[in-house]
Amino acid sequence: MITDFSEIITLSLRVSGIALFFSTLLGLPIGALIGLYRFPGRKLVVALLYTGMGFPPVVIGLLVYLLLSRSGPLGSLGLPWLPELFTPGAMIIAQTIISFPMVAGFTMAAILAIDPQLRQQIRSLGASEWQIAMTLLSEVRLGVIVSIVAGFGSIISEVGAVMLVGGNIAGRTRVMTTAIVLETRKGNFDLALALGAVLLGLTFLANLIMLRLQGKVLD
Amino acid sequence: MTEIVYQLRNLAKEYAGRRVLDIDFLDIYRGEVLAIVGPSGSGKSTLLQLLNFLESPCQGTITFNGEVYHSARLPSLEVRRRVTTVFQRPLLLNRTVWQNVFYGLALRNSPEREQRARQALNQVGMLDAAHQGALSLSGGEGQRVSLARAIALQPQVLLLDEPTANLDPYNIRKIEDIIKDLNRDQQVTMVVVTHNIFQARRLAQRVAFLMEGKLIEVASNPAFFESPQDARTAAFVAGDMVY
Repeated sequence: MITDFSEIITLSLRVSGIALFFSTLLGLPIGALIGLYRFPGRKLVVALLYTGMGFPPVVIGLLVYLLLSRSGPLGSLGLPWLPELFTPGAMIIAQTIISFPMVAGFTMAAILAIDPQLRQQIRSLGASEWQIAMTLLSEVRLGVIVSIVAGFGSIISEVGAVMLVGGNIAGRTRVMTTAIVLETRKGNFDLALALGAVLLGLTFLANLIMLRLQGKVLD
Repeated sequence: MTEIVYQLRNLAKEYAGRRVLDIDFLDIYRGEVLAIVGPSGSGKSTLLQLLNFLESPCQGTITFNGEVYHSARLPSLEVRRRVTTVFQRPLLLNRTVWQNVFYGLALRNSPEREQRARQALNQVGMLDAAHQGALSLSGGEGQRVSLARAIALQPQVLLLDEPTANLDPYNIRKIEDIIKDLNRDQQVTMVVVTHNIFQARRLAQRVAFLMEGKLIEVASNPAFFESPQDARTAAFVAGDMVY
């Protein structure tokens, strides 16, 4: 029981951790680009990003399911590097898609909140375009961390997408949220509550970090 | 003969189809303090942005140190680094005072940058606050750090956009003294945009009057104030201009 318990927690953290790594890798530069530069179609990209932030995770799970299923557009190609359905890899893909708009959107918002004249001041001090971008990112460093924490919060407690694409297979794809659903159905409320407490603790921790950082920004 | 740093010819800048600056002719000489005065919205700040190459003109040329620049030929980073601006608000980075002053020097990999940052902070009387967070400073202190950040770079041209607006008399005096010292001791060429004609009179060797984007009059100090040639200049100097 204890082994199962720790396995479930470890897998949850591993899947969400890797998904967060990829969504940060993609979301941070994309959010920075949209925040920093004007280009044709920018408004559309922003609208898509905001839509992504409010997109129901279960629908993302459904789309990833359809894409990866054997008869789906990607699954049918038989690409060796593409994760199959009902594997942690599929769950990572779904969670990356869920958290990416959070990271990109909050990073963009943090950059857009910078005084536009500060950019001119930095340029006037002799910064190149690259140095301006790096300086502005450093100015919103706390906002960037908040965006990553928000991304983590959006996936660690998510259930619908991981249930669909992971399948809740014991020892393989069972994470905290899907285990809670299963154990509740089975009437194992003790285990469900224990997992719930861990999950609550983790999301509380993530929010605590975010609030502390936001407090620093506001101070 | 006095060397010319900037030559502006038929220079124009438009925003959203509206012409905000339209200067036929203006020369700026090495080592002078030129004050740009004029009502709000007359294009003073736009002129500084063009002189710092922060914006590109939509028409005309800016000759800087003998090199001609226009909308299709902008200066290199190295050339741009010879000019810097102190804006109306301090616009400091969310770092310590020291890191703010060090910032531009680090970008350039300047030699003796520690010493130059220390000297500049000392010059504005802010060395003791070097390790304070820059955003915790008062408006006047922040503006002095902003000035230190600019003078540490030892620019050929220093542009000042209303550097003492909204400051208390002590800080106004302090900043004006630094500007005068810099010009006297290091012959830094300066262009100061100001609403305050008394400040223009205290600081500048020449004064230019800008109105609705056009240069109405350029004259030496005190002739600009004592015998203005244009009726609009006279009205502005007398405080009779309604805008």
